[in-house]
Amino acid sequence: MTVSDSNSPLARREALRNRRDQLQRMVEIRGVENRIQKLFAEGHVRGSTHLANGQEAVSVGIARSIDPDDVVTCTYRGHGHALALGVTPAGVIGEICGRTIGCAGGVGGSMHLVEPSVGLLPTAAIIGAGLPIACGAAMAARARKNGRVAVSIFGDGSANIGAFHEALNFAAINKLPVIFVCENNLYGEYTRIQLSTPIEDIALRASGYNMPGIIVDGQDVDKVAEAMAEAVQRARRGEGPSLLEMKTYRYSGHSRSDPATYRPAGELDRWLKRDPINIFADRLIAEQALSPGGLEQMQAETNEAIEQVVAEVLDSPAPDMREIFAHVSGESPGGDQRWSFWGR
Amino acid sequence: MAKIWTRQAVLRALDDAMTDDPTVILMGEDVAAAGGPFKVTEGLLAKYGAERVIDTPISEMAFMGAAVGAAVCGLKPVVEIMFIEFLGVALDQLTTQAATMRYLSRGRLTAPLVVRASAGAGQGFGCQHSQMLDHWVRGTPGLKLAVTSNARTTYGLLRSAIEDPDPVVVLEPRILYSEREEYEFDPSYRIPLGRAEVARQGADATLVTCGAMTRVALEAAANSDANIEVVDLLTIWPWDRKTVLQSVERTGRLVTLEEATASAGWGGDVVSAVAMEAFGKLKAPPHRITLPDAPVPYNGGLEARYLPSAAYVTEQVAALISTNKSPAPWWRNAA
Ligand SMILES: Cc1ncc(C[n+]2csc(CCOP(=O)(O)OP(=O)(O)O)c2C)c(N)n1
Ligand SMILES: [Mg+2]
Repeated sequence: MTVSDSNSPLARREALRNRRDQLQRMVEIRGVENRIQKLFAEGHVRGSTHLANGQEAVSVGIARSIDPDDVVTCTYRGHGHALALGVTPAGVIGEICGRTIGCAGGVGGSMHLVEPSVGLLPTAAIIGAGLPIACGAAMAARARKNGRVAVSIFGDGSANIGAFHEALNFAAINKLPVIFVCENNLYGEYTRIQLSTPIEDIALRASGYNMPGIIVDGQDVDKVAEAMAEAVQRARRGEGPSLLEMKTYRYSGHSRSDPATYRPAGELDRWLKRDPINIFADRLIAEQALSPGGLEQMQAETNEAIEQVVAEVLDSPAPDMREIFAHVSGESPGGDQRWSFWGR
Repeated sequence: MAKIWTRQAVLRALDDAMTDDPTVILMGEDVAAAGGPFKVTEGLLAKYGAERVIDTPISEMAFMGAAVGAAVCGLKPVVEIMFIEFLGVALDQLTTQAATMRYLSRGRLTAPLVVRASAGAGQGFGCQHSQMLDHWVRGTPGLKLAVTSNARTTYGLLRSAIEDPDPVVVLEPRILYSEREEYEFDPSYRIPLGRAEVARQGADATLVTCGAMTRVALEAAANSDANIEVVDLLTIWPWDRKTVLQSVERTGRLVTLEEATASAGWGGDVVSAVAMEAFGKLKAPPHRITLPDAPVPYNGGLEARYLPSAAYVTEQVAALISTNKSPAPWWRNAA
């Protein structure tokens, strides 16, 4: 895939400079998540999926504040981040449907999206796994001497796993250019944060590791981007890591089988009133970057485009049996496909 | 007799054990208020209270370690590791701490805890949520490792594991939770750890297996022209050499059917014991049916190919019996 390909992950990432395209990307994420839910019901998705509707501003705010050369680790709740970073809807939906056009060739599934050309390492299905890996990516970034940073995205529940604490400490003593982004959506699986964590603000944990801990309105893409930009600059200046806490909310349950009955009445409705897409659309209208009614039109067009992608995906081939053995190790079939982080 | 879901057997075993022994406690993520991610602990919080049925943060190292400490000091913790892969972040507490407690204290201290974990492939959970990973703990002196194969063995093994004086890992093939079989609960029923079962008698070959592969083996045997004996190991560490050797001495052929990669499977152990102790009785080389040395693929067609099917097992065993040579695995031709 080349940069000139207007639908390449890199081109999609570059498009995020435009505010209207940022809104469009958030709309796309919402549309893709809703469609995946439906694809599941239609029997095209196996295992489990973890949707991030409601958290679109975090994804797009992060993606617009870092470069495609910066490296990102993230979790199974990663469809939105992958799309924001540039992975195509066909790459995401194709992967979730197990097709060769998926970004992992259909062998990974919903929890394992990847696209090195926009910095996305394979999303991890194990809580906490991405944080130490981001530390290492930051070490490599520093070695590359080109001002690159690493970002690790994880949930509030993940702040209770050992890897979180070890990674923050490790990054701090080494002053690594890494930004830890906690998406605090108030729940880890079926448990509300106050039942698993003695503080509601994960950002407080930064003080124990002597790094900035910033609470951010995760429903406002501009606020997310500003906080990210500041942390990225700090990292690029060599001043070390930051912990950003995005206050956000997942509209769906934890995974496809979860009706989220454990949520207190009215909580979802309160969050829906601060919908990240509506907040940003209203701002763009005020800025006259979007006409009144422009959001609805954008949603209709985007959903139509997603339907076309779904048709393309469902028409596309499943991987060949030989893919079971490809790329297991360097001796395996598949050829040398290694991405060079030094090349650009 | 009633049809019992395997997940009901887990619940019933935990429930009965908690009734019988007030020192039994449960710990794990979402096991209490939510009734368990796989609904195998439903109702236990209401019945036994929050002191005994404990929701934990996402901190496997902490609650596994706490289980070790609690076990050493008189409780009987049953820890749920939702997917066996999550044991990776807590492995030290189990394989290095719990497993050496008795040894280092010269028998004065023990860690009688149970780790229950869902495991195995077949449902499209992808390569980080589909492994058996028994080789992470198998072979660790001081630990025991059992694998359930249906509602009855789930009940019998769990009850024994909870009563065992040493740390025991019980792997529950996730794909079996939503399977049913005729079974009548009997609170006194136990399957002693370390003992295998002959699940089907036969004379031409001994098919040794465990876990979700047991039903595959039984189906393969039922569809086979040959007369195949099926041994369900149940405990895979330490495993029942006597039952396996007696069977192989009668049939003259050994086949292992393992949901494990070729290079890490427990069958290597079984084959070496049989080769060393029953060599003279063998009519054919011992044969292993395993997974290829590759991660579990997500795509449904690939995952179905990756796992041994009953038809494939029938074919492999037939080839072994007719030629007395070890047939090549499917991937030798595919790759
Ligand atoms: C080590 C480990 N333990 C448990 C799990 C199971 N699990 C998957 S998601 C999840 C909840 C995570 O909550 P949070 O970090 O808040 O992220 P969110 O799902 O809300 O995005 C749990 C417990 C896991 N994947 N890995
Ligand atoms: Mg959360």
